[in-house]
Amino acid sequence: MSILYRKLARELWHMRGQVLAIAVVIAGGMATLVMSLTTLDTLVDTRDTYYRDYRFADVFATLKRAPESLREPVEAIPGVQQVETRVVSHANLDIPDFPDPAVGILISLPDGRNAELNRLFLRTGRLPEPGRAGEAVVNEAFAEEHGFRPGDRIGAVINGRRQELEIVGIGLSPEYIYHVAPGDLFPDFARMGMLWMNRTQLEAAFDMDGAFNDVVLTLTRDGRSADVIQRLDALLAPFGGQGALDRSDQLSHRYLELELDQLRTMATVFPAIFLAVAAFLLNVVLTRLIHSQREQMGILKAFGYSHVDVGLHYAQMVMVIVAIGLVIGTGMGLWLGQMLSELYRDFFRFPYLEWRISTRSLAIGTLVTLAAAAGGTFAALWRAARIPPAEAMRPEPAPVFRPTLVERLGLQRLFDQPTRMILRNIERRPVKALLSATGIAFACGIMAIGTFQQGAVGYLIQVQYGQVQRDDLTVTFTEPTSRRALHELAAMHGVDHAEPFRDAGVRLSRGTAAYRTGIHGFEPESRLRRILDDELQVVTLPREGLVLNDFLSEYLDARAGDTVWVEFLEGRRERVAVPVAGVVREFTGASAYMNLDALNRLMREGTAISGVWLAVDADFRDAIVRDLKEVPRVAGVTDRLTAIQNFWDSMANIVLTFAFFSTVLAGSIAFGVVYNSARIALTERARELASLRVLGLTRGEIRYILLGELFLITLVAIPPGFLIGLGLVYLLVGTLDSDLYRVPLFLTPDVYAIAASTILVATALSAAVVARRLNRLDLVEVLKTRE
Amino acid sequence: MEAPETDRKVVFRARGLTKVYRMGEVEVHALRGVDLDLFEGEFVVLLGPSGSGKSTLLNILGGLDAPTGGEVICQGRNLVQAGDRELTAFRRHFVGFVFQFYNLIPSLTARENVAIVTEIARDPMPPEEALALVGLAERVDHFPAQLSGGEQQRVAIARAVAKRPAVLLCDEPTGALDSKTGIVVLEVLERINRELGTTTAVITHNATIADMADRVVHFLDGHIDRIDTPAVRKSPRELSW
Repeated sequence: MSILYRKLARELWHMRGQVLAIAVVIAGGMATLVMSLTTLDTLVDTRDTYYRDYRFADVFATLKRAPESLREPVEAIPGVQQVETRVVSHANLDIPDFPDPAVGILISLPDGRNAELNRLFLRTGRLPEPGRAGEAVVNEAFAEEHGFRPGDRIGAVINGRRQELEIVGIGLSPEYIYHVAPGDLFPDFARMGMLWMNRTQLEAAFDMDGAFNDVVLTLTRDGRSADVIQRLDALLAPFGGQGALDRSDQLSHRYLELELDQLRTMATVFPAIFLAVAAFLLNVVLTRLIHSQREQMGILKAFGYSHVDVGLHYAQMVMVIVAIGLVIGTGMGLWLGQMLSELYRDFFRFPYLEWRISTRSLAIGTLVTLAAAAGGTFAALWRAARIPPAEAMRPEPAPVFRPTLVERLGLQRLFDQPTRMILRNIERRPVKALLSATGIAFACGIMAIGTFQQGAVGYLIQVQYGQVQRDDLTVTFTEPTSRRALHELAAMHGVDHAEPFRDAGVRLSRGTAAYRTGIHGFEPESRLRRILDDELQVVTLPREGLVLNDFLSEYLDARAGDTVWVEFLEGRRERVAVPVAGVVREFTGASAYMNLDALNRLMREGTAISGVWLAVDADFRDAIVRDLKEVPRVAGVTDRLTAIQNFWDSMANIVLTFAFFSTVLAGSIAFGVVYNSARIALTERARELASLRVLGLTRGEIRYILLGELFLITLVAIPPGFLIGLGLVYLLVGTLDSDLYRVPLFLTPDVYAIAASTILVATALSAAVVARRLNRLDLVEVLKTRE
Repeated sequence: MEAPETDRKVVFRARGLTKVYRMGEVEVHALRGVDLDLFEGEFVVLLGPSGSGKSTLLNILGGLDAPTGGEVICQGRNLVQAGDRELTAFRRHFVGFVFQFYNLIPSLTARENVAIVTEIARDPMPPEEALALVGLAERVDHFPAQLSGGEQQRVAIARAVAKRPAVLLCDEPTGALDSKTGIVVLEVLERINRELGTTTAVITHNATIADMADRVVHFLDGHIDRIDTPAVRKSPRELSW
């Protein structure tokens, strides 16, 4: 059969443009799959190894203060393997040459050694030495933002006392892979740092001698988290326990999990689309190829090649194309996977990457591609194998054309003859036109999904920080404070406006559903904090009753008029029934709101406030921040807009990579579909078009007849493509809905514009390539050859 | 030279052949009851206007197509009842085809176009020998596009005879060629018929070619109008049109 192989090789080479166009689409599917699964497997492996090697805890609990002697009963809880008690608190940081407010989370380490649980990975430097006060290890992200190296010093206001700290080491912890401050959307590496210090020093600073306020533990193999948490909560309740959390509720872990979920969806949706389009292209091209080789097949059979021989010959042709696609795709996928994994490693601050080639993805990719190819080519091959030789060699009957629907409706006068030819051609092969349109529409949809992120997150920020949270600075106090503090802050030079708020930690429950969150009390006429209804219109806070955001309302199954139980986790820790007065729309968090006075009354605490929102004159901002740092009762100052900007910069890499990748993929799909359709149309209709040229039509006119059809199909495909894009975005972000954030299903106009223009450019490119061939059409030669 | 018909071995015996097929929406009666015998070693010309059923008969004899009715006996087997596998083997080992438009595979050279057949044949001659037989020893590595029409047709003939077929079926072998080139092709066919003793059936609507045949079968409207046996068989060189 060596001659048949030679025939195969030469013919593949001859149609290399088409071969490549199809292989690129297959490669796109394979590359996406390999990239996504490799990245996913690598990240999951890395996380798991990191968790295991650095002994990430299973249960986390915070309390007010308990004697170290409580450790023993905690260890005795059935199912508990190892317990570590800690002192964890906050401090305001004073960083040289950095005017903005920054908060440090102080975490105790056993004096002179690493923690037993949530161990530190030391990148450089050393741990604080026992007996030496003022030494700290800081987390790597924070250190990088400020360019810290071991030996550098920062100031910290610890429990109201200003101290000088020396950075002795830079490290990472599995507990803070992706740390987002409660109520914030993004991590703010510059303004939030983790500082690990000797336990003795923190005990002394926070009046915790022989006591702890934070405990983490691991479970035995058969230990059940829910049981342990129940007993632990009971033990800690008298000591101000705020309710223990399972690892699955731990913030950093959850953010990580959400990101991995997104990746998981991507690893399913994208390759599926690509493979479907590849299967379609294979089908079209192979059908066409077999069509053009009718006579050759007849001859092969006339000379004694069997149906099986001929069928195999064409099957091999498909296999070669598939193999080229798979090889390119695997290479691309591994390369992109490595790139993406490294981006994610930096984004998540993993200390290292357990790089791993996902053999699973190679197997799945190859199998799925082969299945898609087989599905796409089976019909054509079946026909090739069965076509009787005499029939194969007989010229095909003239295709049956009918007047199109438009013409039957009597509208033909609206169109010139070439346009009517286009319409008839589309109407004669509606399935082919439909499939082409579907392929193009999917390309358009992929474009939309690639670029939507930026717009959606921008929109989310615009709503959250343009409509809801409108303060320039949020000042929080160490403890609920009297309203006098409000007037002091309002009187500061440069402060335009100040409003008080009260945040109370609560556990809300209704029926069997319960959720730990905060009730935010503010004044109904507040300008710096507002709430929005379904339509994102500002609504006034009711005088009485609780307002839930949409997530909480759904979670607790509570609507306006229902009653929920509120259990305060501070103050008198009372449990009261409160009616729900309304539901508001929010893209972030799971919060409840209340009129400040009503909340104060409910807590029976007079007029206490937890903090103040400030609107400030931009010129005085730095001075105000500097002054606030000196106020002892101030626990923290948050400047959200700067935080967002910084985070956005750090995300830009990933977003850009993703958008670039989608553009290339979508472009290649569009090109693959359009180029193949055009090439096929050209071969099929070369005779017809040459005849028209002989009859006196210009090149422009026959170009229009051939390419007009493609542009028409492309134009028709774009609007459904937008819908597909919306659907894909929904598929991608719908799974991400959580109490942390809910990405709005919102595509900005530029997403549509970019998608449509990419598709049109891809169409124009392939049209140009085909038009060049059209210009070279040899009229006499074409007319001489028999069909 | 003329032997009584009964003494000669019959290669094909066709009886009552009919063929109806559809082209688009039209029903075509290609054969309306054809009886014909082909004898070993003879050179038969099938003559008739286009659409008279010549090609259909040839396709059926060569196992390319099945008749709607009737039977074809070849070497004691009824081709009409033969399955696909049997027909494939029959074509592979027994029949050589030459077509009006040469039907060479454009992606293969002359040698490879012949080799594609010799590779699967039982006792073929080397492709080079077959090409030498048709006078193309010098052009074995040329692609079809680099050969003239007459040369392409000679490659097609080399391809057909390389397997040493029992019969050579030619459908308008000179139809696409000018007279001078056509005569060269006919000379090749005549030489193969003479030297290899291959039974040769040539379809044409060019009556002049009939002069070189042992027998001339006239077709009209899907049936045999008459069969002539020319007294003298002319050499192709004596023909002209």
